[in-house]
Amino acid sequence: MTVATDSSTRTHYSIQTRDLNLWYGKFQALKNVTVDIRPRLITSLIGPSGCGKTTLLRCFNRINERYGNVTTTGEVTILGRNVYDEDISLSELRKSVGMVFQRPNPLPISIYKNVLFGIRTHTRRGAFPRHQRDEMVESALRDVQLWDEVKDRLRRRATHLTLEQQQKLCIARLLPLKPRVILMDEPCSALDAEGTERVEALIGDLKRQYTIVIVTHNMAQARRVSDECIFMLLGEIIEHDDTVQLFLNPHKEQTEMYIEGRYG
Amino acid sequence: MSSEIRPVSRPGIQWVYRMIERLIELTIMLCGWSSILFVFAIFYFVFREAAPMLFGDLNLVEFFTSPNWRPASEIQPQYGVLALLVGSLSVTALAMVLAVPFGLGAAIYVSEFCGGKLKEVLKVVIELLSAIPSVVWGFVGYMVLGPLIMQLSGAPVGVNVLNGGIILALMSVPIIVSVGEDALKAVPDSYREAALSLGASRWEIVCRVLFPAAKNGLLAAVLLGVGRAIGETMAVLMATGHAVQIPHSLFDPIRTLTATIAAELGETVEGDDHYRVLFVIGVVLFAVTFVVNLIADLVVKGIRSEKA
Ligand SMILES: Nc1ncnc2c1ncn2[C@@H]1O[C@H](COP(=O)(O)OP(=O)(O)OP(=O)(O)O)[C@@H](O)[C@H]1O
Ligand SMILES: [Mg+2]
Repeated sequence: MTVATDSSTRTHYSIQTRDLNLWYGKFQALKNVTVDIRPRLITSLIGPSGCGKTTLLRCFNRINERYGNVTTTGEVTILGRNVYDEDISLSELRKSVGMVFQRPNPLPISIYKNVLFGIRTHTRRGAFPRHQRDEMVESALRDVQLWDEVKDRLRRRATHLTLEQQQKLCIARLLPLKPRVILMDEPCSALDAEGTERVEALIGDLKRQYTIVIVTHNMAQARRVSDECIFMLLGEIIEHDDTVQLFLNPHKEQTEMYIEGRYG
Repeated sequence: MSSEIRPVSRPGIQWVYRMIERLIELTIMLCGWSSILFVFAIFYFVFREAAPMLFGDLNLVEFFTSPNWRPASEIQPQYGVLALLVGSLSVTALAMVLAVPFGLGAAIYVSEFCGGKLKEVLKVVIELLSAIPSVVWGFVGYMVLGPLIMQLSGAPVGVNVLNGGIILALMSVPIIVSVGEDALKAVPDSYREAALSLGASRWEIVCRVLFPAAKNGLLAAVLLGVGRAIGETMAVLMATGHAVQIPHSLFDPIRTLTATIAAELGETVEGDDHYRVLFVIGVVLFAVTFVVNLIADLVVKGIRSEKA
């Protein structure tokens, strides 16, 4: 089964969770999480360390399940399909829901092959002729402003790039798959200030085409890049609002305390 | 006692410390060099025993091309090792054909597809397998596998190429599995996660991420397995039937170079031609392992420079 994308099932939201609970063994990391995330916006997830931001993000592409001790209840509806349905194909889900990790993790193969890795797993061998593959690589790398820097060394190993270039490549390799949602877990935490600025600009450019959920530790970053903001505490959603509103005029006391830096 | 502050260590003590340090350095250096020294010493002694024959009466063309091995003949001793060479190669090749896919497959299974208790149990079993002495393997080949082969195939003898190959494979699999598993374990988990998040299945991760990432380690695993198979003596001596001939099928008994040395050295008189020819075989074995290692080294280096 594919994630339904036709208009009859399209909802107003890209990602909806209903009473999502998650346990690592006996430890409950998510408690009755119910959120609606809107398409073509950047939604940031903030909250103190260990509050479950990463865990929630990793529920959306079900990559949490690689740890054996995870139990999940509730629903996560992405583009109109519950991803916890029996008949969902994980591979198809991950095709439409891409992920960028905290630590850049390009694969130890060439830059060229990294960009095409995803498409190769989803199409049979030789589905695209050479020139079409070259075009895909070029356009993906142009979209992340990496093309000019690496166009002469596409066959070199991607792990030799700088961290900033690696992280851009990790974004670029999602694009040929034409995902609907891109999940980012603290994508700038390994980068310096300038790298962070450039990657943030890039994320801003991408929002026109994709729904982006970004986890960040950095409240300034949340304010800079996101349109909506979700504040989490101890596995629960405390507040979800327009970013400007949430920072100027928080409704909950915990939110106020957090953005004033009283815990953190 | 005066209360003046004394220097922490007087010059005399410092001198002693320096000497101790030098001594430790020297010891470590000796340890390093001694391993090289031993290899050369072994080669020297083997070569010294072989030399009079190697550069004397031995007809090297006949040595390598004749299948007639009659070293103890009173009338006309013949020293042709072709049959032994083919015996060694065939049994090693068969062992590798069986052991490489099995060993790598098992390494992949243990490291990627099973978890928890099962994984621990399997690892212990594999360690145990590699601790079984080769005589025991030979015994298994002779007493268990041999009759089984006879029964299943109707071959007149059960100790043959097939038997030796299977036994050698069983002996090399544990090495291949444990070294291969280490190599796979060393691949950072973030690579698996990256591939998984792009929609790759477990098999795709194995083929497209782990193989390229662990190439060197897996190659090392295979070569260690080959090394074990070529050098093995006791088990093949017991499991291959001890008949000097060029095999025409898997069910023909053969004899290997190593088994020949082990079986015949005791019967020779020190210094006679037969004795020296056995040492020439030793030199040949030396050369073979050297070449295998050299190729392995070059391959690994080639892979490295390709990466850079
Ligand atoms: N694989 C796991 N097994 C057991 N517990 C886990 C696992 N992963 C996370 N946890 C626990 O779940 C809770 C939430 O973790 P999570 O990584 O989602 O927090 P986070 O908000 O992303 O924190 P940070 O800001 O430090 O990245 C933490 O208490 C953590 O210890
Ligand atoms: Mg986190």
